[in-house]
This record gives sequence, C-alpha cells and structure tokens, in this order.
Amino acid sequence: MASSAAVPTDVKRPSLLRLIRENKVAQGLTLIGPANVYLVLFMVVPLILVGILSFLSRGEYGQVLFQFNLSNYTRLLDPIYGRILLYSLGVGVATTVLSLLIGYPLAYYIARAPARQRSLLLFLVLVPFWTNFIIRIYAWIMILRAGGFLDTVVQWLHISDQPLHLLYTPTAVMIGMVYEFLPFMILPLFTSLEKIENAVLEAAADLGAPPYRVFLRVTLPLSIPGMIAGTILVFIPAMGMFVIPDLMGGAKTILIGNVIRNQFLTARDWPFGAAASMILMVLTMVFTFYYARRAGLSEELVV
Amino acid sequence: MSEKKPPVWLRIYTFLVYLYIYIPIIILVIFSFNNQKLNITWKGFTTQWYAVLFHDRLVQLATRNTLIIALVSTAIATIIGTLAALAMQRYRFPGYDASEALMYIPIVIPEVVMGISLLVFFVLLNMKLGLVTITLSHIAFNIPFVALVVRARLHGYDNSIDEAAMDLGANEMTTFWRVTLPTIMPGILAGAMLALTLSLDDYVITYFTAGPGSTTLPLRVFSMVRFMVTPEVNALSTIWVLIVFVILLIGQLARNRRA
Repeated sequence: MASSAAVPTDVKRPSLLRLIRENKVAQGLTLIGPANVYLVLFMVVPLILVGILSFLSRGEYGQVLFQFNLSNYTRLLDPIYGRILLYSLGVGVATTVLSLLIGYPLAYYIARAPARQRSLLLFLVLVPFWTNFIIRIYAWIMILRAGGFLDTVVQWLHISDQPLHLLYTPTAVMIGMVYEFLPFMILPLFTSLEKIENAVLEAAADLGAPPYRVFLRVTLPLSIPGMIAGTILVFIPAMGMFVIPDLMGGAKTILIGNVIRNQFLTARDWPFGAAASMILMVLTMVFTFYYARRAGLSEELVV
Repeated sequence: MSEKKPPVWLRIYTFLVYLYIYIPIIILVIFSFNNQKLNITWKGFTTQWYAVLFHDRLVQLATRNTLIIALVSTAIATIIGTLAALAMQRYRFPGYDASEALMYIPIVIPEVVMGISLLVFFVLLNMKLGLVTITLSHIAFNIPFVALVVRARLHGYDNSIDEAAMDLGANEMTTFWRVTLPTIMPGILAGAMLALTLSLDDYVITYFTAGPGSTTLPLRVFSMVRFMVTPEVNALSTIWVLIVFVILLIGQLARNRRA
C-alpha cells in the first residue's frame, strides 16, 4: 500500500473486506479478534490494575493513595499471614490428594465398565454437580450440624449419644472441599483411563505380569496426564476458596481467599488485598506452568 | 479398556462413592417437606415451604436477574467463543500462542482473584455495579469455556466436506452457513450449555461484581443459608435440582439417540 500512486486506477482497490476474503491470516485474526479484545479488556487489564494497586497505599478512610511502595508485600511477611498462606497450601494439597485417592478407583471402574453403562455412570457422577454450588454446601451443613443427619445416624447405631460437633471445624471444611472438587478430578482421570488400549493391558498380562503389576507399570503411568489435569483443576480453585470456610468453617478456618475477600469488602484495604491476590496468583501460576509442561493439558480438560 | 468384571471390593467401593455423592442431595429433598422451621429433626410432612417459596418476592427478583444474566452472557459468549474456536482450529496467525494462553486465564487463576480484579476495574471506570457489570464478567469467564468445548468438537471435523461444497460452486460464506455451521452445531450447543450452567452456578465473581438490586439466586441462597435457614431453602434447592436433572436427562437421551 506504500506506493499507492503507482497503482493504476483500473486495478481493484485493496479494501479491508477483500483482504479478509483472500488472506488466510487476516481471516484467522478476524475470527480470534473479538475474543482477544474481550479477554484483554476484561481479564488482562483488570489483573494488571490489581498488580499496580498492590504497590499503592491505603488512605485513612479506605481510599487508595498513589504512593508507590512495597509495604503491602512486607506486611504479608508477618507470621500471621505466613501461617494463613501455609494453611491454605495445606488445605489445597489435602483436598487434591483426597480427591485423587477417592476419585481414582471410581474413574477406573467407570472406564472399565461396558460401553453402554459408561455414559450413564459418568452422567450420575455429574448430575449433583450441575446443581448449585451453594446448595451443595448447604446440604452438607444439614448433615454435619449438631442434631443433624450424621448425629442421628451415630446415635441410632449407638456409636455415641453426644453430638459430634463437626460443623464449624477444619474437618467440615475438608469434607465440603473434597465433595465440591471430586468431579473435577474424576473427569480428566476417566478421559485418560478410557484411552488406554485393551491390547496394551492384555500384552502385559500375556507376558506374565500379575494384575497388580499391570496396574502399577502400565495403567498408572498411562493415566498420569489425567492425574495432572485433575490436580490443576482441583488445586487452583481450592487455593482460592473462601465460600466453604465462610459457611462451614466458622471463625477459626481462614484461608488466603478469605483474607483477600475481607480486605476488599470489609476492611477496605484494597492495596493490601491486591498484594495478597498477587501472591496467590503467582503461586498458582508457578504451580500450573511446572505441571502443565509435563503433560498435554488441553487434551485432558475436555471430555 | 477391558470389559472384564471388576473385583468385588471395587464394586462395593464404587457403590459407596455414589452413595457419598447422592446422600446430601437426597436429604436436601426430603427435608424440604419437613414441618419444622429450624429444620433440624423431622417433624412431619408438609408442602407449606413450597407455598412460602412461591410467594417470596426476593427469590422471584433473584430468579429474574439470574435468568437475564445467564441468557445474555451465554448468547454473547457462545458467538465470540465459537469464532475463536474456528480461528484456533483452522488458521495460523501471528499471536496464536498468546491467544491460546489468554484462553487459559480463567482456569489457572483462582476465581477470587478474577472477582476482585473485575471489581477494581469497574470501580475505576466508575461503572455502577449491577446487572451490566455481572453480565460483562460472566461473558469474560464463559468465552474460554465455550471455545474449549467447540474446539474439541472441531478437532475431528472432516475438511473434505467443505471442499466438496466449494467444488460444487458454493462460496465461502455459503459453505460456512450451509455446511460447516450445521455440522458443528452439536458442539456449539454443548458449549452454550456449559456457559449457561457456569453462569447460573456462579457465586464468587457475581458476588464481587453485584450491586444493590442485582442479587442473583446463588447470592440469595447464600444469605438464606447464612442468616435464616428454614426448609424454604430446601424447597428452592429441590426445584433447582429437579430442573437441572430434567434438562440433563433430555440432553443425555438426545445424545444417546444420535449415537
């Protein structure tokens, strides 16, 4: 287009529409354009703003002052926040490991079921989780609270006459977290396990491997991509969770997600909340990149 | 994998896990008919809580808000997400990897961080928090999920049917509308279904981007659970579970018939 003067007038003008119609690259860019613009505007820009905010400071009345400093990050070094961060990491890891231990045998069973039953079994895993998240938590509150379903069962079986007082404890939070995230572990595990060819397992057995060895040396290694995808899908939301500790954990169980929420909505110290968010984000991103490099993440995320 | 019968312990174990998944839902439904306001022990059968629910103005308002947000955000996210899936699956362009990385943001960043960042963004723009800000946010987290699902369906797409259409004289637009789009429609519908569910279910991002008068059902249920637990919450939950179950069942039956 630089030498437009040299172009004879009878040649068709290179209009934008023609460029798109004839150029594959332009077509691709046109199709991806809306998504890129939208996601940059409503995800990347807000995240950058939070990054900037984390270096500013809070005014007397909760307003944001444009004074550049690191004090929000140094405040996070306080042992109180260190302990909360470690505790959140612990809850995240425990949730992930428990979901994996509970979910793996189930995913294995579904993957080995006759093809006709497979979709029904998977469907049954998913149904409760397509209902509302808060409703599922509420169901567990009904079970765990004093005099609730669990206490009734325990009394009926003569295990104990005393209420167990499970609600508003860290145990209740773990029960809620594992219930909430279990399907995110089962789905990718199932996808991985279902892909394993029967012939591979038969070959191992024909060569004399007993069933436990076939499992340990063939099935388990081949399901690693599913385990990695499941771990990412469970660990990241578990790390940022604040609703389950809020409703089931009482005042004692505070995760990093609760700290962030409180700084933004009750304490109104946005810069400090932003710094806590940056730390959480860096943690989850480091974790994901380390993990995702080790497996084809995208393949396992979609069933 | 093989169809050899699984060992007995695995079958018992599977049964127990399904029990664990379903017991909470079953209890929730049973106690929606409980004739005790505190709803701790069973005091007899009643349907009064359904009557209470249907006359609850706040629930009605929340239902209206939830449906508006879900339908608008699903429609827009489905269009943008489908276009993006077509781009990622069929074209190579500069910035391809960066575009792909953008799609993973809602998966690798905890919801609470996305929620507060959108709050900061809207406050800075001086936008009034409410239905508009919630809908804009829902579109953002839904685009990547729609794109992911549609892309998975495009993966096995046979390009030769497009070429056949063009050999027969159809131009690119006609080919797209008459051949490509109908073929990938099941994938687009699956993506839209996922977007709709995510939007209906979302608590965290809605919580940070909502303002006065824009309470959605998840927000309403949260405050009901927090401040006044009566069987009305169970009645609401039961209806919700029932609707979801019927929709999923229809979807499943339709898929089975096709297969």
